[in-house]
Amino acid sequence: MNPLQTLRVALRALTRNKMRSFLTTLGVVIGVSAVIAMVAIGDGAKARVEATFAAMGSNMLIVLPGTSTAGGAMGGFGSMPTLTWDDLQAIQTEIPTVRAAAAQLRTNAQVMSEEQNWGTQVFGTSPEYFQIRTWPVAMGSLLTQGDVDSGNKVAVIGQTVADKLFGQNSNPVGQSLRIKSIPFTVVGVLDKKGQSQWGQDYDDIVIVPVTTFQQKIKGGLKNFIEGSVAVSATSADSTSRAESQIRALLRDRHRLPLGADDDFSIRNLSEIASAQQEGTRTLTTLLAAIAAVSLLVGGIGIMNIMLVSVTERTREIGLRMAVGAKPADIRLQFLVEALALAVTGGLIGVALGVFGAWRLATSFGWEVLYRPDVIAIAVGFSGLVGVVFGLYPAHKASRLDPITALRFE
Amino acid sequence: MPQPSLIQFQNVAKVYHMGDVEVHALRGVTLAIEQGEFTAIMGASGSGKSTLMNIVGLLDRPTGGAYLLEGEPVSTLSTERLAEVRNRTIGFVFQSFNLLSRTSALENVELPLLYAGIGSAERRRRATASLERVDLGSRADHHPNQMSGGQQQRVAIARALVTEPRVILADEPTGNLDSRTSVEVMKLFQELGNGGITVVLVTHEPDIAQYASRVIHMRDGRVLSDERQEPKIAVVPPWTQGDEEDPP
Repeated sequence: MNPLQTLRVALRALTRNKMRSFLTTLGVVIGVSAVIAMVAIGDGAKARVEATFAAMGSNMLIVLPGTSTAGGAMGGFGSMPTLTWDDLQAIQTEIPTVRAAAAQLRTNAQVMSEEQNWGTQVFGTSPEYFQIRTWPVAMGSLLTQGDVDSGNKVAVIGQTVADKLFGQNSNPVGQSLRIKSIPFTVVGVLDKKGQSQWGQDYDDIVIVPVTTFQQKIKGGLKNFIEGSVAVSATSADSTSRAESQIRALLRDRHRLPLGADDDFSIRNLSEIASAQQEGTRTLTTLLAAIAAVSLLVGGIGIMNIMLVSVTERTREIGLRMAVGAKPADIRLQFLVEALALAVTGGLIGVALGVFGAWRLATSFGWEVLYRPDVIAIAVGFSGLVGVVFGLYPAHKASRLDPITALRFE
Repeated sequence: MPQPSLIQFQNVAKVYHMGDVEVHALRGVTLAIEQGEFTAIMGASGSGKSTLMNIVGLLDRPTGGAYLLEGEPVSTLSTERLAEVRNRTIGFVFQSFNLLSRTSALENVELPLLYAGIGSAERRRRATASLERVDLGSRADHHPNQMSGGQQQRVAIARALVTEPRVILADEPTGNLDSRTSVEVMKLFQELGNGGITVVLVTHEPDIAQYASRVIHMRDGRVLSDERQEPKIAVVPPWTQGDEEDPP
């Protein structure tokens, strides 16, 4: 018999007992759909984590000044300015793994337009900041080095601030707003970035040149940075190298003796990101493993039914042998039946898994990512399950003695 | 050189081992069956007639002696080769019909051609012709459970004939049939014999054996008697009340 005929014979045998065939495939259906749904949802969750960290900035490090100690109370990181503008300059110029660095000074302020007012955070920084955060403008333009040099009263605002002060879908570029009664001209509106994973709204922000910030909004110490320094490394791989180089540079510049504590701290955001991704990956693997076990159980179900089928059809097998079927023909027929059950289950499982993941994801507001490789592996694996668990019953069928098989009651 | 006999047994023996006990099913059988002969093998159960049939049908191998089919020794062939020879040379008819349920008559008849590797159009053509030969051309798409016992047995005969075999082996073919349909089947076998097909029939009913041209009696694994006879001509009686089959 050629393979096509074998397949047709197998399919006929399976459709003769539709309910049983359906119930048998159910195990594989559940297994495959669970694998696909779990991996799709898991990948969606991973992509979400990646997206939130990408929103923070690419390959980003944050250098915070040290702690203050007043009367025995330790003030926490950033409470005492220890970073100088010269330190920033040095980080920018002396470390090759640093792509860009920018000071970020922040304060909370009430901001007013002609009609509205809104309490938000005001950032003073330099143009590199937008590069570090990979944050382009939606309208208008970014701050320029010229704005910083001459201390221009210009501002770039986030989408939320634009909406609150100037109304939805308005164009605030060129309009003016007041920060602490000082008028600023809006030169640009930033792209929408969304929320951080802690629920903080990135778009609720007004950004002004660092020099203007110091002169007009919040004066302070001349030489020290009263805020933090955002640093972007040249690549994802170089973030930890950049971290250790900055540490060495700052310890050297601050003349810290060997063994003394750092008077600053560095947060490596990409490390936090990879830890989070590791967590989601572990969870995905765990769920997929559980789903794979159910696929295995489905395979055992196929084997069980195939063994029943061989016993039930003993006379049929005897007859087929009597009219000229070779043991190999019989073996192939039962193997193809098991394979057809498993692969049909696999394909239904793919459809169900894709649909299920989509349903779950839309109801939770997640992104779903379908991986063709996972779908192919799941179908392939279900086929493998069919072959592995079909082999023994098929072998058993092919070894029957036609004489006893024909007399079987 | 004379044409060799179609079926030739030379001192064929068969010993089964059941645990420590040796069962001698055949104790040296020598016989020859010619082409076109209609032979009935009779004997009580345990006489060895079923073993003889199984060996003739290549479903079993002798443990001693030689079996030549069409002049070729076949006892030493591999299981695969035996399946091929069986498919090409021998047609089986069983007491319990052994048709595949929920499968049309046509597809049942096509079954041996499937294993002969014949394409679907040719299979259909030959299966239809074979069904017409047993007067069931109009029932090709009926399933076994929609047919009477006599019709089912005729489908089984059509299945045996479809490969145009040289030998038809019938194991108690009338065991599940009433007397009228039994005569129908015997009539069919006689026609096949006239057409040059060798029919070997196992039965324990003397009524049935009288339609054969040769009767072999077996006892204790040996041939007791082997006689040629003038066969009774099978005449199907007209329809009577209470027959299994509905009149057409």
